[in-house]
Amino acid sequence: MNYFELFSLSPVYDLDTALLAERYRDLQRTVHPDKFANASEQDKRIAVQRTAQVNDGYNTLKHPILRAEHMLSLKGIDLSHESTTVKDTQFLMQQMEWRESLEAIKHCDDPDKLIDQLHHSFADYREQITAQMSQLVGSDDQQALLDAADLIRKLKFMAKLQDELARAEDALF
Amino acid sequence: MAYSEKVIDHYENPRNVGSFDKNDPSVVTGMVGAPACGDVMKLQLKIDDNGIIEDAKFKTYGCGSAIASSSLVTEWVKGKTIEQAQAIKNTDIAEELALPPVKIHCSILAEDAIKAALEDYKSKHQK
Repeated sequence: MNYFELFSLSPVYDLDTALLAERYRDLQRTVHPDKFANASEQDKRIAVQRTAQVNDGYNTLKHPILRAEHMLSLKGIDLSHESTTVKDTQFLMQQMEWRESLEAIKHCDDPDKLIDQLHHSFADYREQITAQMSQLVGSDDQQALLDAADLIRKLKFMAKLQDELARAEDALF
Repeated sequence: MAYSEKVIDHYENPRNVGSFDKNDPSVVTGMVGAPACGDVMKLQLKIDDNGIIEDAKFKTYGCGSAIASSSLVTEWVKGKTIEQAQAIKNTDIAEELALPPVKIHCSILAEDAIKAALEDYKSKHQK
């Protein structure tokens, strides 16, 4: 299923999210199961399926990492079901260091300052990776797509770090 | 999801957590990560002149199964030769810990950590 086609959008990473939301609302209205209250059982079933599809599509395209993954999957590279191991030592060392900093939050004298620093470091790194990835993910060149896949994997590690940072912040209060 | 008793045991009392001095020439390091869950694993092995793994330490950021898999691996590799350690399969780890299918990738990560550490050994000893 090509979700870009579903919402009549061009398959680009830098998506007009306001337009996506608008198309989503329009589509949702046309397939809403309430409109099929008096329809046949089969039509009702189809309406339910279409609604699920529209919701899945919206959630996928709205989310930057999932959108990039979807773009790759349309070109035959499936990242969502892989159990690939990342072995980039330098990248992983940095991940370890950041994880150690997250652990240090609860013991340090000025946790707010450390949290602030980590927010900045994570955002800088994420922006840098996203900028590179967005250049590659729309390509038709196989190597560029594989490079984009590697960058998306890194973004998944960053998403995890961001979650952990939010959790560490919550734990302070 | 219910963890097996062995996973809980390793999770609550992880064996061999920590780091060796990475400047020690007998120490090799394997770093691996799983993008699906963001887990990061570091496995360090101390290998003597005869190619026997004297000691092992790990540091893992991840779920209980990932921690248990790496903890188990540090116990298993001690006293083994490089070839014996190379032969450890993720299926052995998954079976020992009774990992459910959704957690098999944790055992794959632990196997890959051994492989990465032994790669580091080879690259250090080719020079």
